[in-house]
Amino acid sequence: MRPRIGTYALLIAGSLVSVFPFVWMLTTSLKTSREASAPEIDLLPQTLQWANYTNALYAAPFGVYFYNTLIVAFTVMTSVVITSLLAGYAFARLEFRGRNVMFAFLLATMMVPFEVTLIPNFLLVRDLGWYNTYAALIVPWCASAFSIFLVRQSFLALPNDFFEAARVDGCGHLRFLTWIAAPLVKPSLVTIALFSFLGSYNSLIWPIVVTSSEDMRLIQYGLTIFGSETGVQTNLLMCASTIVILPTVALYFLTQRTFLDSALNAGIKG
Amino acid sequence: MSALVRFVDAGLEGLDIILDRFHRRQGVIGALLLSPSLIILGVFAFFPLLYAIYISLFDTRRGIYNGAGNYLRAFNEPEFWRSVKVTFYYAIGTVPLSLAISFTIAWLLFRIVFARSFFRTLYFLPYVTSAVASATVWRALLRPQSGLINLLLINIGIEPQKWLIEPRGVLNILTDGMIPPAIGPSLALCCIIAFDIWHASGFMIVVFLAGLSSIPKQLEEGARLDGASTWQVIRHVSLPLLSPTIFFLLIVSAIKSFQSFNSFYALVSAPGDDTQNLIVYIYAQFYQNQRIGYGAAVAVLMCAAIVLLTIVQWRFVGRKVHYE
Repeated sequence: MRPRIGTYALLIAGSLVSVFPFVWMLTTSLKTSREASAPEIDLLPQTLQWANYTNALYAAPFGVYFYNTLIVAFTVMTSVVITSLLAGYAFARLEFRGRNVMFAFLLATMMVPFEVTLIPNFLLVRDLGWYNTYAALIVPWCASAFSIFLVRQSFLALPNDFFEAARVDGCGHLRFLTWIAAPLVKPSLVTIALFSFLGSYNSLIWPIVVTSSEDMRLIQYGLTIFGSETGVQTNLLMCASTIVILPTVALYFLTQRTFLDSALNAGIKG
Repeated sequence: MSALVRFVDAGLEGLDIILDRFHRRQGVIGALLLSPSLIILGVFAFFPLLYAIYISLFDTRRGIYNGAGNYLRAFNEPEFWRSVKVTFYYAIGTVPLSLAISFTIAWLLFRIVFARSFFRTLYFLPYVTSAVASATVWRALLRPQSGLINLLLINIGIEPQKWLIEPRGVLNILTDGMIPPAIGPSLALCCIIAFDIWHASGFMIVVFLAGLSSIPKQLEEGARLDGASTWQVIRHVSLPLLSPTIFFLLIVSAIKSFQSFNSFYALVSAPGDDTQNLIVYIYAQFYQNQRIGYGAAVAVLMCAAIVLLTIVQWRFVGRKVHYE
């Protein structure tokens, strides 16, 4: 296939649409508030106003929002990786009665849309006394049917010999799972870690519903509140958006090779 | 570090010895490994479904059994039907367009070698950023006064628009008032649709790329040798072989389009009739009106609609999917 100029031209035009809002966000975040609100099409600021970032951080308790969000996102991510690894292994590599029934149950929970469970889960969490606590934000998300499914698929894709050799050598299931099997499915684990981190970092409706006080708020809700306050200057708002976007973009760049090249492929085809 | 590894290993070995007592019964190990996941999913995903059906039968504000009352009420409420209409416009607007756009981009990407992964990263970028943060940027760009998009329109001599706060139908605007403003999706809803296509297509592009790379090269080359045009190759080779991928994306994105909340919430702070989809409606019932039973009933109806839609797609579209 010959690369053609037209192909590149179309791709560049399309990627400009993808990226332009972020470029505008960055340049606007470094403008003075007069430049940012002036009715002129000037993309670049006169001088870079780095102080905007510290001003934005002081304008709302973003430190608290970040602290809460990172605690929630890291706990959920770690738990999802562990629970999915254990369950995926059991579904792929153990023979026991009721396995297929439980797997069907798992697939069924994958199809329940979250809005149906929103109200009952709120009532449940309230009755458990978890309203406005970390437990409400974390525990319901510590297992994921999709992630279990993905791990199971990658265990099934491994050759049987690995498992039999280890059994013959007298290695128990738990040791085998921890030291041999888990490293072999690392791409899937990285993928589910990334997805579950993004999921809880970007979640909005559940944190709004189960928390009430300022000190329990997560970053996305914090940003919507900051954005809907009247009188917030555009440049500061763009600083806040940049700060919110940065961690996920960084995480994506760190993991993209593993996750794009091997895991998504395996997940879709498996 | 190695001391820690040895310590953990010793612990695991101990547990394994205990488990080996049940040597012939993998069920015990299975139950142990599955229990964390199954308990959490059972309590927070499966049980709530049944619980939702249960509370939808009650008038929760007065605490009395209401039978099918909440359901009948939904059917008689014009606001409910308006949000159904918004949900459908949104699904019809986002699903086919984002499939077509992402396929085109993936197909173009697949034809190039130089800088492919660079472009892929750029196209995937919107997907990893939070909908709330990028919606904040779009809101600023689409501001009626001094928003960049309107400034550009004025520059090339087109009338500026109210974008996200425009309740008039987009057909009304395009035809200069020939079509009444209440027909078709509003301009505000079209902006939300455009935002979501922009935000979600990165994922579809990556999946399409994976699908394209699994098609054997000889098929396309053979078709070309036989004199097939580019369009014929796409139509008769690439698309049929990609049909499992397309089908997967169709099902997933159709379900997702029914559940869109973040972009509606973040783009339109005070949703009007024209920008309130079902999930925003459910949220409003629950949060502002405290009509928990009624909200649950609407959620159950919506779940039923999603299941029905998925079955219909499975039956009618799934039949046309070619598997190898």
